[in-house]
Amino acid sequence: TGAAPAGRLLCGPGLRRSGAGLLVTKCGLLRHRPAGPGAYWVDSQQKRYVPVKGDHVLGIVTAKAGDVFKLDVGGSEPASLSYLAFEGATKRNRPNVQVGDLIYGQFLVANKDMEPEMVCIDSSGKSSGMGIIGQDGFLFKVSLGLIRKLLAPKCEIIQELSQLYPFELVLGMNGRIWVKAKTVQQTLIIVNILEASEYMTAEQRRQALAKLSGN
Amino acid sequence: SSIPPSLSAGDTSVLAGLYGPAEAKLSKELPDRAALEVLLRPKVGLPGVLERSREQQLRQTCEAVVLGVLHPRTAITLVLQVLSDAGSLLSCCLNAACMGLLDAGLPLSSLFCGVTCALSPDGTITLDPTARQEQEARAVLTFAIDSSEKKVLMATTKGSCSVEEMQQCLVMAQRAADTIFQFYRDALHRRYSKS
Repeated sequence: TGAAPAGRLLCGPGLRRSGAGLLVTKCGLLRHRPAGPGAYWVDSQQKRYVPVKGDHVLGIVTAKAGDVFKLDVGGSEPASLSYLAFEGATKRNRPNVQVGDLIYGQFLVANKDMEPEMVCIDSSGKSSGMGIIGQDGFLFKVSLGLIRKLLAPKCEIIQELSQLYPFELVLGMNGRIWVKAKTVQQTLIIVNILEASEYMTAEQRRQALAKLSGN
Repeated sequence: SSIPPSLSAGDTSVLAGLYGPAEAKLSKELPDRAALEVLLRPKVGLPGVLERSREQQLRQTCEAVVLGVLHPRTAITLVLQVLSDAGSLLSCCLNAACMGLLDAGLPLSSLFCGVTCALSPDGTITLDPTARQEQEARAVLTFAIDSSEKKVLMATTKGSCSVEEMQQCLVMAQRAADTIFQFYRDALHRRYSKS
């Protein structure tokens, strides 16, 4: 970073400022984004999720405590979700949430010192896809790196799978994926392909999909 | 939790499993740092006093390296299972612990590795001794060496040796540490090049 042009440089995940220099805290590939405020970060492979503000995650309701639901998001403590944080919810019109339901929301508060808080509405009050996830479908866990790969724009895996069967897909940044297709068998096939795509190369994936669509 | 890395040096093999940062019991949680716990399970029998003392040594080494302030009120558990023991067990546990921490993606300020030296009665120093060499040696020293400045994080001695001999063992261990760090780098390189 000696001859870099002057300007702001952001430290992303895996890097920390220590004194005058940078400390690398995780192992992985160093990535750089030159545009806008330039940013450096470390792309590391991890399975354990740590809540981050603004992340969209899939949580499972574990308890109802008064006006607040406790959700398990896979972090070190359960997140709290107020019953008013749904679109169109008022004190009279409460959302129908039971223990064991699946909820897709984003973190409003997530730092190391406080209990994480989730909401199912964005800043303008609209739900934009968040809220209670309906019945059926299949929830499974993958590594965080695979989720980031799937969320990249124009992800090949999702494009190729959508040519196979129509399906609904919800990706949570905490490593959880929810899939629903027309039949149970189709759902399970999609689940297996997504899980295996972590280790398969693009060629192997295309071969597997070709075999499936041939059947 | 993560796919446990298993480290074998010669015939000594240790499996490491890391869980965390997870919810800590109220009695064990610390308000400003993560509570690190190490469990060492021997190959046969129940863990005894020797395992407990090794657990404390490993815990103190890991605490020096893990940035626990980033995860207050959580618990990080490291479970080490001895698969086979043919000498240099403590340094194998240290290496397995470090690879486990790397694999799980916990924030670390530096890496560490373990090196064992055996001092034979005639003064020759052997690195990574076998169980036989450890028994015949006058003293067995194990060092945990950190990766950034090759400083000593932990040193433990069994037997007696002079200060000069300990310094010589330390210098040899610091040189050997480079090979171990290169091995970490190669192993992780292979892992990341697959994705």
